[in-house]
Amino acid sequence: MIISGKVVVYNHDNISTDQIIPGPYAYIKDMKEMAEHCLEGADRTLRDRFRTVGNIFVAGSNFGCGSSREYAVIVLKESGVQAVVIKSAARIWYRNSVNLGLPVIFCKTLPDTIKEGEEIEIDFTAGTIREAATGIVHQGEGPSEFVMDMYKAGGIKPLMRQRMREKKQAEK
Amino acid sequence: MAMHAVHKILAAAAGKEQVFPGEIITAKVDLVGINDVYQIVMKSFEEMAGEKVWNPNKVYIFLDHNAPASDLKVAEAHKLFREFAQEQGCHLIDINEGIGHNLLPEWGLAKPGSLIVITDSHTPIHGAYGTFAAGLGATDIAAVLIDGSTWLKVPEIINIRLNGKLQDNVMAKDAALYVLGQLGTEFGTYKVIEFSGPVVEALSMEERTVLTVMATEMGAKSTYIKPDKTTIDDVEKHTSEPFIVHETDPDFVYEKEYEFDLTELKPQVAVPHSVDNARNAEEVAGIPINQVFIGSCTGGKLTDIAAAAQVLAGKKIPSSMRLVVTMATKQIVAEAIEQGYYKILLDAGATITSPGCGACSGLLGGIIAGKERCVSTANRNFPGRMGGSLEAEVYLASPLTAAATAVNGTLTCPGRNGLEE
Repeated sequence: MIISGKVVVYNHDNISTDQIIPGPYAYIKDMKEMAEHCLEGADRTLRDRFRTVGNIFVAGSNFGCGSSREYAVIVLKESGVQAVVIKSAARIWYRNSVNLGLPVIFCKTLPDTIKEGEEIEIDFTAGTIREAATGIVHQGEGPSEFVMDMYKAGGIKPLMRQRMREKKQAEK
Repeated sequence: MAMHAVHKILAAAAGKEQVFPGEIITAKVDLVGINDVYQIVMKSFEEMAGEKVWNPNKVYIFLDHNAPASDLKVAEAHKLFREFAQEQGCHLIDINEGIGHNLLPEWGLAKPGSLIVITDSHTPIHGAYGTFAAGLGATDIAAVLIDGSTWLKVPEIINIRLNGKLQDNVMAKDAALYVLGQLGTEFGTYKVIEFSGPVVEALSMEERTVLTVMATEMGAKSTYIKPDKTTIDDVEKHTSEPFIVHETDPDFVYEKEYEFDLTELKPQVAVPHSVDNARNAEEVAGIPINQVFIGSCTGGKLTDIAAAAQVLAGKKIPSSMRLVVTMATKQIVAEAIEQGYYKILLDAGATITSPGCGACSGLLGGIIAGKERCVSTANRNFPGRMGGSLEAEVYLASPLTAAATAVNGTLTCPGRNGLEE
């Protein structure tokens, strides 16, 4: 699986889910409306930059720490983010990203050097990221086989629908 | 291979003899919880073609984060939850009861050997009871509703041994903040954190849950405290249902072990905006504070209310201070009234809200304004946590430190007798 595109960079650590989508917005029912507040607690310009600059988001370590809110993945997807490059992730945020099929790669080096708007190519299977301008290749940590299967299925929802269909057929 | 008790819980839940760290298993769940922030669970349930929940008796919906409803959107969400519970026949824990995490032990539902998943990051709290308990996202939980199981990567186990004896003005919260200060917010990511040692053994169940709930902030997937007489007595007081205590094999090897002697530990404060910014309270004493919040699953239990009442007895808070108290559950409110704590707090000038998560999640009940400072017994001090203002500051502390601060109007280190010096 390969995804390429231009990067939006916010190289800070410990970006909490309270910053990705502040709690008071959690009761908005329309996800497009909720996404208007994406990353509002970190940098209000990021949301626009996903439209004008690029659709690969680059951030630091322990991304998505704090609350379990799945909205912290949904608002990124709704804002057009196609892939995320981070140094490390908090557990529940990462698990939510897997279930919702938002591809994530871990890389300790790229976030420190890459500049906003530069183009990269992520090879999820090899776990590598190539900078288009310089040709520099960063070794990262791609998804496990289990997670890759989840991405390919489009997340846990299609998988569960499939399982439900099989169950119903078995009952017949 | 030698196994940890947690691995035995997971093996049993997966119907296996053994499990190995790193292995992905499908585990059967004993209890699943949903809180009122996540109406998206019901949407995901529908999207996954869910019709009936697999076992309504094991499903608990807690209307605790935003209760009673603070605005129309929340009221609509609560209505949907009530209708869903009615239709499915599952448990609906309404706005009068309090915080799900604190209700489960009161109802004998947090017990050794069981596996709990809840749409809440603070679910690892239940490891204090020898439970495997993990927070999951909403869609994950919707999948559990359908077939009663979930995928789990078997975690490595880290042991944190707390030696010595805590001073009278030092509580489990101080120990947790100290560990965070020493080890940071990431060392436990994807791992189970076990707490052990003489300090832990001497703690009450309520105080033990402060360590396990704060382990969420250390990154933990789940936690564990070996069930002992304190645990068993407490669980048996609340349920007659059987439970299994798994033993860790004597030759089990932890991924990592840390050891701290806490005999000389002083009251701790985590200064903004990270939980691991731990300082000795006396080093930051004197900072003017606008509000003290005593509440949440972490700091709104009977022990916390009693500690605060001990400091506040016969005192009045200054006019520059707001003291917001949100007890975790209805039963704690009843006990606080019976023990006289409620009146002590009222007389001191406290604003006492109805039980629930309250201001901790920044949704209602004591939101702070920009450039205001709050000392809180809750668990997070991230930017914007208590209501959205990025210029607001939250300082995390024990209920003793919080109450002493409420009395003085400035950040105050409680004295050795638990009262301010």
